[in-house]
Amino acid sequence: MRTIRYILQKEFLQIFRNKGMLPIIFVMPIIQLCILVFAATYDMKNTNLYVVDKDLSSHSRELISKFNGSPFFTVKDLGFSVDAGEKELFKDNVDAILVFEKGFGNDVDLQRPAGVQVLVNAIDASAAGLYNAYIQAVVQDYNLHLQPKLINAKTKRPIQIVDNSYSHLFNPEMDYIPYMLPGILVLLVTVIGLFLSAMNVVREKEIGTIEQINVTPIKKYQFLIGKLIPFLIIGFFELGVGLLLAIFVFKIPFLGSLGLIYLVAFVYLLVVLGIGLLISTQTDTQQQAMFIAWFFMVVFIMMSGLFTPVESMPEWGQKLNFLNPVSYFIKMIRMIMLKGSGFTDVMKELGLLGMYGIAMLSIAVNRYRKVS
Amino acid sequence: MLILFGMPIVQLLLFGFVITNDLKDVKMAVVDHSKDSYTNEIINKITSSGYFKLTDNLESIDQVEGVFRKGDVKLALVFEPDFATKLTKESKAKVQILTDASDPNMANLSVNYLQGILQNYNLEINRGKVLPFQVKPQTRMYFNTSLESVFMFVPGIMATILMLVSAMMTSISIAREKELGTMEILLVSPLKPLQIILGKVTPYLLLSFINALVIVGMGYFVFGVPVLGSFALLMAESILFILLALSLGIFISTISSSQQVAMMLSMFALMLPTILLSGFIFPIRNMPLLLQLITNVIPPRWFIVVIKNIMLKGVGFEYIWKETLVLIAMTTVFIGLSVRKFKIRLE
Repeated sequence: MRTIRYILQKEFLQIFRNKGMLPIIFVMPIIQLCILVFAATYDMKNTNLYVVDKDLSSHSRELISKFNGSPFFTVKDLGFSVDAGEKELFKDNVDAILVFEKGFGNDVDLQRPAGVQVLVNAIDASAAGLYNAYIQAVVQDYNLHLQPKLINAKTKRPIQIVDNSYSHLFNPEMDYIPYMLPGILVLLVTVIGLFLSAMNVVREKEIGTIEQINVTPIKKYQFLIGKLIPFLIIGFFELGVGLLLAIFVFKIPFLGSLGLIYLVAFVYLLVVLGIGLLISTQTDTQQQAMFIAWFFMVVFIMMSGLFTPVESMPEWGQKLNFLNPVSYFIKMIRMIMLKGSGFTDVMKELGLLGMYGIAMLSIAVNRYRKVS
Repeated sequence: MLILFGMPIVQLLLFGFVITNDLKDVKMAVVDHSKDSYTNEIINKITSSGYFKLTDNLESIDQVEGVFRKGDVKLALVFEPDFATKLTKESKAKVQILTDASDPNMANLSVNYLQGILQNYNLEINRGKVLPFQVKPQTRMYFNTSLESVFMFVPGIMATILMLVSAMMTSISIAREKELGTMEILLVSPLKPLQIILGKVTPYLLLSFINALVIVGMGYFVFGVPVLGSFALLMAESILFILLALSLGIFISTISSSQQVAMMLSMFALMLPTILLSGFIFPIRNMPLLLQLITNVIPPRWFIVVIKNIMLKGVGFEYIWKETLVLIAMTTVFIGLSVRKFKIRLE
């Protein structure tokens, strides 16, 4: 125990005397959290439309004003040629073009099928899908407004309609911040934990101080425990600050239990630090360690389900995610914070994560050699 | 070496296939109070669409929250009692969609897709009753006809990888010389600061350029992302961006004292902003105004616009001169700053 205490003392002194690193460890994550949370939103605000109205009838105008009235669309420009519209589309000034050909109003008057051309900038496929859905909805609305007269006049038979209504549970305002904040917090904790631990042992190797430790009677496990605990504490601290911010600044409802989050965080940090230490013991230079840590970090983040849903990934991607600790933690912290899931709900993931942690740590201890 | 070339390739492959926003196999629960042929048909229609997967049949609405809390099921459909009778007799029957909106994007998309499916179903059961008269939008998707997510992500991944790899490599290499003490040797040599910096940058410029080539090549051959515009222009812009990233790396290394600090700065300060604030995943104009202003200083933001314009829209230089100017200006600023900050004397 005393040996471990001395190592701890050494590690903490090293951390707190490194003036260059202190702000990076403690201030930067908080700033990033506060800024990035606002960036991560898929919330569509304004879709800019360019309208080419070659018809200039009362009907085309009515439909245009319907678009203008909808909260999703702003008619940015009106024109008479498709070419001019396309130019704006190429410049990214508008997202979609509506084209009313000559004769549109006539068709509506004569009760013939009438067409509107919609040209969408589809580089962002998911946004394009949404524009399209919203445009359809506006047109559908317009149709309904035309149709009642029609059904009464022509056919007396009633039409059957499956009516749908929807409600969003847990987050009725569809706010992105409660969804993203826990995820980004997890990332920040992970980045700090993984990089610090990955750099740690290899740094001692590079400066040569590892030899001094190797010749002392410190045991392997004592050394690694001494290395782990400081990072665990730093990780806990950052998580705590992040959660405080979440609750008091961003007013995110906190439905679950704090204790459970910390339990999950503990298991999770064991995994992350285990991976970090393993990288550290396997590499020779900080540069190598860092690149490898970076590689895993980016892969973990991208596949974690933070930005894109895990369910959308191909089968093998989801299988691969079995090895991605970030995805476990993000899933659990979201469940606990936003839905108030209890211990039994997250038991399976927690168990898997626990086994993962034990595996990583034992490999790390096993691979660490006291002889050079 | 392996790390420098292997990693970007593996990452591009992984992300190209894995990162997608398309809805697929969303797990769905059903509360069917009616259990008749109509509800069965609707459920079949929904599950056969490929977007949704039925996993749970529940007895009552009260169970829905519990299922959501377990985390897998994202969506529940509730059919009212006597669905079929209501539909045939009163010509109107209700179905309620409940979503787990702790993921708002997913909830929103699911509702949109479901409504589309129900809409189609309505048309189907009413065939022959409603007149074909309707205003019909005919949609044409520009630049990405089949709506592939990859089109959006390949430019983003390219910018991210070039930015991080280049900035990281240079920032560490100089900090490393400082730490190992070899910097002194360079300093006592008759080399000028600018010469040292240029010498440091050139090899990495070459490496990153090869990386850029590989990424564009893989985008084309593996994911079918076209290069519609001029290839030479694309490469010229890539070199400019790499230069920018490298000079940013040098700037970081001149202000940091150890490899550790250099690394944390180049990764930590750059990684998340590059991913989040560049318009790579989240569209910039959905952000609050203040944040939109901040994105202006994020270099990849401009580069992503440039690549998208050249690769996907196939436009020429006249559409991207503004972005190019911004990139050039940023490069000059970083090089200027690092030359000024570069200390000839040891502390």
